[in-house]
Amino acid sequence: MGRAFVSVEGIARRFPSTHGGPPQTVFENVWFGIEEGEFVCLIGHSGCGKTTILNILAGLDRASEGAVVVAGREIDGPSLDRAVIFQSHALLPWLTAGENIAFAVRSRHPGWSRAQVAEECQRWIDLVGLSAAAGKKPAQLSGGMKQRVGIARALSVQPKILLMDEPFSALDALTRGMLQDEVNRIVAETKLTAFMITHDVDEAILLADRILLMTNGPNAKIAEVVVNTLPRPRTRHDVHHLPGYAELRNHILDFLVDRSKRLAETMPSGWDPRRIPEVRPAVPA
Amino acid sequence: MRAARPLASLTLSALLLALFIGIWQLSSLTSGAGDAVVDPEYAALVGAAAASGGQTPFPSPLQVGARILEHLTDPFYVRGTNDQGIGVQLAYSLGRVLTGYGIAALVAIPLGFVIGMSPLLYGALNPFIQVLRPISPLAWMPLALYTIKDSAVSSIFVIFICSIWPMLINTAFGVASVRREWLNVARTLECSTWRTAFRVILPAAAPTIMTGTRISIGIAWLVIVAAEMLVGGTGIGYFVWNQWNNLSLADILTAILVIGLVGMVLDQLLAMATRAVSYQE
Repeated sequence: MGRAFVSVEGIARRFPSTHGGPPQTVFENVWFGIEEGEFVCLIGHSGCGKTTILNILAGLDRASEGAVVVAGREIDGPSLDRAVIFQSHALLPWLTAGENIAFAVRSRHPGWSRAQVAEECQRWIDLVGLSAAAGKKPAQLSGGMKQRVGIARALSVQPKILLMDEPFSALDALTRGMLQDEVNRIVAETKLTAFMITHDVDEAILLADRILLMTNGPNAKIAEVVVNTLPRPRTRHDVHHLPGYAELRNHILDFLVDRSKRLAETMPSGWDPRRIPEVRPAVPA
Repeated sequence: MRAARPLASLTLSALLLALFIGIWQLSSLTSGAGDAVVDPEYAALVGAAAASGGQTPFPSPLQVGARILEHLTDPFYVRGTNDQGIGVQLAYSLGRVLTGYGIAALVAIPLGFVIGMSPLLYGALNPFIQVLRPISPLAWMPLALYTIKDSAVSSIFVIFICSIWPMLINTAFGVASVRREWLNVARTLECSTWRTAFRVILPAAAPTIMTGTRISIGIAWLVIVAAEMLVGGTGIGYFVWNQWNNLSLADILTAILVIGLVGMVLDQLLAMATRAVSYQE
């Protein structure tokens, strides 16, 4: 078996204990892969270390053990090839929306002229529908508009991998749905490899090719990989009418409500962290 | 608190000022000095008031107003070392303040930047800063005079030493408390250290840094008056002391007013600069 495009190999995160006891393990022995062009979601409850895993993939955090290999090379710090859409959008508040994007474009193309940068920015501003807001400061924008800027900024460096840390969790349902459709469209068009953390089951079903289910922390593990067999292209309007949707959704909900807690205590015998069982709940038996 | 209408506040301010001047004028009318019989030769030598054992009467608002008008119409005259216009004296003081303050800013802001970026340096230098900061700048004056041996440079040094701490502390604090997510953005965009420092950390910390510079200019302007009283020669502080020796209360009151106005202008200039770099999250 060859290595996946992104290969997470036995990473662990431990924090030194506060009073001399054994170190606290958030998660350990986490193995998974992401194929090129694949969209993978990670679902789990708060405190299981989801964000830490994403930060390790981004290179913003370091694993206590193990390694992440991207395209055959172990990652060592952040890279323009791995863009991050932050949960809190993380726009620089003293720059306008357009300047925030220009900051990213100039990072990717330091030699570009002012006109080239402006032209490239305009392309991304148009793509995410920000034309009216480009000259405004983030404080003057709504939450949805801010996250659009965050998406445009992440995409404008033309990364190979897009990492998203609950990017829509702070938005209202209507805005969230619109942005989900847009991310879905853009990722499909650009054939980006995407990794997203979420706790929204419908979001995961809409966007992901595979969904990693994580048990509760501490000592969180990836218990199961749910393969999303629902046909693409999927949209918010029709995805819940597709046959198999209910089975898929119920399987993930059952996991979140019940099994994520039970499995955190004892994993079934024969469970191997390097060969996580794959399930296809949407395929009729 | 509800915002008051600006016109109403302004009217009340004017009324309060008129009331204050009115009471002052009335009280200066009632305290007329009695004419005592004194030896005319002695009076010619020491002045009538001193010879009669009475005090120089506190000037009335009209007298002070007339004196202010005199100073304002001819602020830049020079008639010998001890008789120079209030404008000239102010220029000396402002020159010293801006020199000492400017050097302090050139040292404090880059140094504060480095301290803020390095938790190790922050911890190591903090005890020194905490001990040095509360020292009255005038306590340095003898040491400055002993080592520098030049009174003008010594007063600049005193301004330097008093204005460096707020700028240093605020810069270090502002740089150290830049939001982690903004730094993460710079890291994922592979920004160089310089680009991160100038395009992310500096604008993020700028409001805090500018607040430090505003505190510093306030302290520097307070200290220059005292420093010039000690050192003498020129400057608005020396002017006050000289007029005290002349027992010219109207001149002292003029100087006090001017010191207040200049201090306000300096503060407002930096407040404007702070507003220019501040941002809303």
